[in-house]
Amino acid sequence: MGVGHQVGPGSASKSLVKGRSLATLAANSKLHRTLRFYEAAAGKKTVMALTGIAIWGFVIAHLVGNLQVFLGPTKLDEYGRLLRTMPGILWTMRLGLLAMFVLHITSALQLYALKKKARPVEYAKKTPTTSTWASRMMYFSGPVLLVFVIYHLLDLTLGVVNPGFVEGAVTANLVRSFSNPLVAIFYIASMTMLWAHLHHGIWSLFQTIGLNHPKYDGTLRIAAKGIAILLAGGNIAIVLSVLLGVIK
Amino acid sequence: MKLDARTPSGPIENRWDKTRFDMKLVNPANKRKYNVIVVGSGLAGGAGAATLAELGYNVKCFCFQDSPRRAHSIAAQGGINAAKNYQNDGDSVFRLFYDTVKGGDFRARESNVYRLAQVSVNIIDQCVAQGVPFAREYGGLLANRSFGGAQVSRTFYARGQTGQQLLLGAYQALERQVQAGRVKMYSRTEMLDLIVIDGRARGIVTRNLVTGAIDVHMADAVILGTGGYGNVFYLSTNAKGSNATAIWRAYRRGAAFGNPCYTQIHPTCIPVSGEYQSKLTLMSESLRNDGRIWVPKKQNDHRSPDSIPEDERDYYLERMYPSFGNLCPRDIASRAAKRVCDEGRGVGPGGLGVYLDFSDAINRLGIQTIAERYGNLFEIYERITGEDPYKVPMRIYPAVHYTMGGLWVDYHLQSTIPGLFVLGEANFSDHGANRLGASALMQGLSDGYFVIPYTLGHYLGSNKFEKVDENHPEAQAVLKQTQDLTKKFLSINGNRTVTSFHRELGKIMWEYCGMARNAQGLEIAIGKIRELREEFWQNLKVSGEPNELNQNLENAGRVADFLELGELMCMDALERNESCGGHFREEYQTPDGEAQRDDEHFRHAAVWEYQGPNAKPIRHVEPLEFEYVQLAQRSYK
Amino acid sequence: MTMNLTLHVWRQKDVTVPGKIVHYEAKDVNEHMSFLEMLDVVNEELINKGDEPIAFEHDCREGICGSCGFMINGVAHGGHKNTTVCQLHMRHFKDGDEIWIEPWRAAAFPVIKDLVVDRSSFDRIIASGGYVSVSTGSAQDANSLPIRKLDSDLAMDAAACIGCGACVASCPNAAAALFTGAKISHLGHLPQGKPEEMERALSMVRTMNEEGFGNCTNIGECEATCPKGIPLEVIARMNRDFIKASLQERPPVAIAGAG
Ligand SMILES: Cc1cc2nc3c(=O)[nH]c(=O)nc-3n(C[C@H](O)[C@H](O)[C@H](O)COP(=O)(O)OP(=O)(O)OC[C@H]3O[C@@H](n4cnc5c(N)ncnc54)[C@H](O)[C@@H]3O)c2cc1C
Ligand code: HEM
Ligand code: HEM
Ligand code: SF4
Ligand code: F3S
Ligand code: FES
Repeated sequence: MGVGHQVGPGSASKSLVKGRSLATLAANSKLHRTLRFYEAAAGKKTVMALTGIAIWGFVIAHLVGNLQVFLGPTKLDEYGRLLRTMPGILWTMRLGLLAMFVLHITSALQLYALKKKARPVEYAKKTPTTSTWASRMMYFSGPVLLVFVIYHLLDLTLGVVNPGFVEGAVTANLVRSFSNPLVAIFYIASMTMLWAHLHHGIWSLFQTIGLNHPKYDGTLRIAAKGIAILLAGGNIAIVLSVLLGVIK
Repeated sequence: MKLDARTPSGPIENRWDKTRFDMKLVNPANKRKYNVIVVGSGLAGGAGAATLAELGYNVKCFCFQDSPRRAHSIAAQGGINAAKNYQNDGDSVFRLFYDTVKGGDFRARESNVYRLAQVSVNIIDQCVAQGVPFAREYGGLLANRSFGGAQVSRTFYARGQTGQQLLLGAYQALERQVQAGRVKMYSRTEMLDLIVIDGRARGIVTRNLVTGAIDVHMADAVILGTGGYGNVFYLSTNAKGSNATAIWRAYRRGAAFGNPCYTQIHPTCIPVSGEYQSKLTLMSESLRNDGRIWVPKKQNDHRSPDSIPEDERDYYLERMYPSFGNLCPRDIASRAAKRVCDEGRGVGPGGLGVYLDFSDAINRLGIQTIAERYGNLFEIYERITGEDPYKVPMRIYPAVHYTMGGLWVDYHLQSTIPGLFVLGEANFSDHGANRLGASALMQGLSDGYFVIPYTLGHYLGSNKFEKVDENHPEAQAVLKQTQDLTKKFLSINGNRTVTSFHRELGKIMWEYCGMARNAQGLEIAIGKIRELREEFWQNLKVSGEPNELNQNLENAGRVADFLELGELMCMDALERNESCGGHFREEYQTPDGEAQRDDEHFRHAAVWEYQGPNAKPIRHVEPLEFEYVQLAQRSYK
Repeated sequence: MTMNLTLHVWRQKDVTVPGKIVHYEAKDVNEHMSFLEMLDVVNEELINKGDEPIAFEHDCREGICGSCGFMINGVAHGGHKNTTVCQLHMRHFKDGDEIWIEPWRAAAFPVIKDLVVDRSSFDRIIASGGYVSVSTGSAQDANSLPIRKLDSDLAMDAAACIGCGACVASCPNAAAALFTGAKISHLGHLPQGKPEEMERALSMVRTMNEEGFGNCTNIGECEATCPKGIPLEVIARMNRDFIKASLQERPPVAIAGAG
């Protein structure tokens, strides 16, 4: 097949894109096909959506687990102990989650690079119209969450930044940490970013994987917003309860 | 000059078949050895370029816009005719042929029109297969409507965007060939001259509108599908860039010009609002189905429309044409509007407008129904005028819309220069002195998809082509002339902008060669145009440089051509001592003010041959025979 | 009513030199003018003064060809519903307004001059698969294949795209998702477009990347400023088709030895 020509004067300034006819679009190996998929921005975005679902699922489960802190001082500790009785499952989950984060973040970084390249000169004036604040700051809320997760691991899993940390004393570790108003504020601020990220993200992921339909779009948007508030709100409730002394 | 229309003989329904059978074919393996230039990417050029490439020819396609998808065909709203008879309401190829010949006021060639009606059915098939989303009924089959006063429903449409959808179909077909490497697309490239070698069209000279580079392109045949020249009038429904340059420069190289004076004035456009006005917007003719047209009975009545009582209104179309009323044909409705405005009864700024009133329809059918039928049109109107047509009657006025004239072509669509073919609105064929609604799209696609692929093959197959390249002395000479012309524009350095010349030309044309013409006025116009042209070459001011995007320079070239074409139009109008279709000579009317044809003396196409700058061109005639449609006076009373 | 306006216009000689914002006064602007007519008047003055007029793209001036378009006060086409700049009228502005005018900005739309950009990348996206492969003459009768009215209407909704590029310009990612999705949806809703649906999605989506557009993160500015009201739904469809096609993509079955 020949090479496509669009001799626009503009195209003189950049190389012509190689012609590719539909008929010759053959893929030859599974790996090749997966790479081809990921190579397209839409492929990366699909990966973000799928990993986003996984992380979102974790956030839900994690919140449900953590809310046990309201059921009395020992419940949460028991839950932590229960998890540790199944190291196989635990580590599978941890590695899986890590992989999800790595993929989510890698594709985010690559798409961010693409975004920068796609508009080398910024507008002198740009006025958003109908888009939400949350949707425009995904590349901000995401990285804040990354910083949060790192701190959070150092705080409640590894205890490095949590003086007096005792492995397994989940409730005590948590109460000690959140009693520090600075830490509590950091957690709350991060959770507003979680809210923002999911406010857009939960709706967005359906759009990304093509499961959106105008008939259900309104419902989906409302549901996404509601779920984002519940998840962020639930987490914040724990932090506030400690800060205000409800949980000791 | 010898005019050979190459019309086949025999029964009209077999003529195209017979011609096709008699044609030479080009061996499939040899097709890629032929280079073809197609100027224009509208319905005619785009369809032609794509189809020729599908057949295997090597095609170069040119357009001045940034993408072939923006050709002015995109603006057509109403629809496209085809003799499918899906509605079972008595349509047939013969009826479409008959209506078109009659609608054209018996000034078109029967054989061509019959072929047009024949292939109209294939056009719809082809477009549907390409994915053109024509309107459909609930049963899933294609919907039709009646358009422009036709007695049958044969118009296919895609909302109010028929031209857009048809053009996108052709554009996509063209892009498929671009991808396959068989079409090389030159966007933002304007044809500035034609190269004729040994009497045959062998190439063109173009200007790259971005870099300013002036280049030569050689080929075995040149096809023009460059659209109409309505912008001679400055204000028209054409796009700002629509121009006559390609056909005009071909005319100066020897291609004869057919019926330049035939222009169509569309009755329902939004009136001019001020001196700054840059173009006129068409409001679909379908509005006349439910809107009533009126003006106040009194002169200079400046009351607001709702305070003018019923008995002080003149529903003049209903009064003058009781049986067709508001639905009478375009030329008739336009002239009537002019007449009442000339009487001082026009409305709106400058008194150049008439009311198109929906209040009766709204009362009768309810606002809901009217919104369903015309909602989007009302929206357009409100966007432009700031007035709400649900409450205030629309104001409309006629505007130049279509040019039936163009380069003369024979049955093979070849001009008087062998190897130069002309398609679509750029040629003079098929519509005679007046075009029916929804027939231009049909003609463009017919020429591009179904006629030129055959006739070009015949031309290539029956001629020998020695190789010529851009260094041929003739090509270099034309190149040099084009370069000099460009330099000339930039060196005059006078005091008047291109637009101001264009606007003045437009006013002259509209005043004297518009809806109604007379000998005295046309002579005045010719004098004025000559003066203006002289001033143009003395006092033009073009800013910027030659070797960059310079829209001012582009316009200068186009206006220079309009200044010559305008004169030819007036000459043609002056010599045609009759009224027919869109050409209305005040001296030739029936007692009640209708067009009076003179079949005895003017049953022919006027074909003008260029004789050099400032020399009077020669008027040839191609007599028209009517074997199948009987000559009759059009009547819409 | 007339008004005086201050214009801040991006001027750039060509793609090789950087541009800058230049200020102009537009005096006695009539409220019935279109935005482009206002610029026409400014340009006539510039030419008379011996300056270079502001280059902007335009042709039909009735909102259908897709030639025109630039940012007005940071919004593509000026932000009036279903309105291109050629149809935007000055009555939406008031005396004393300051107006910022900038070209579409995207790597895939290099500036040619002032407000004129090169959108040939759109043509190349279409060329990579935005069509039905049917050569002239091979069509069956138009009514031999009934199409559900709803599908036909949805196809038309998507086909209304005029290729103006406002979606790219207004998208914070400079993505061409709405434009590409519109063509994929138009053809995908019709039986004629079905045979090539999968290959089309793969090819057009990849071309979009190769042309240097960013990636859609579902922000929705495109839909809001699209003069033809193309809905976000088309992006979901494009994604769906792309994922489906990627899952199905496989080497062609070789049929050896036949004839
Ligand atoms: C507002 C409006 C509504 C209409 N509605 C209808 C309707 O409902 N039904 C109907 O049947 N008809 C309608 N018409 C008429 C019809 O649209 C046109 O007659 C027809 O589309 C012309 O097609 P074309 O291919 O001949 O030319 P165009 O579509 O005008 O294409 C001309 C092409 O030539 C190129 N070109 C021109 N000059 C040069 C040059 N010098 N160098 C390089 N390229 C050049 C242009 O770039 C363009 O690609 C309407 C017309 C208008 C203006
Ligand atoms: C709490 C952890 C996180 C969750 C639950 C989460 C979830 C999601 C979801 C559901 C999406 C939408 C995907 C789509 O539309 O296809 C998304 C997108 C995104 N995420 Fe995350 N994410 C998390 C962490 C992060 C981190 C750490 C980063 C940063 C490095 C990040 C950056 C992004 C970006 C840039 C997007 C794309 C924006 C968009 O699609 O609209 N996310 N995320
Ligand atoms: C403010 C609300 C939160 C509280 C109170 C909280 C509490 C905790 C606690 C107590 C642990 C340690 C569990 C253990 O060691 O048994 C933990 C681990 C963890 N948390 Fe949170 N968390 C919160 C929010 C989040 C969020 C929003 C995320 C993710 C985006 C997150 C991700 C993690 C991860 C990844 C671990 C490590 C899990 C493991 O060890 O496998 N947490 N959290
Ligand atoms: S999708 Fe809308 S904004 Fe984008 S190019 Fe098409 S019409 Fe313009
Ligand atoms: S604004 Fe951009 S991010 Fe997607 S939804 Fe529209 S293309
Ligand atoms: S000029 Fe054609 S859409 Fe604006």
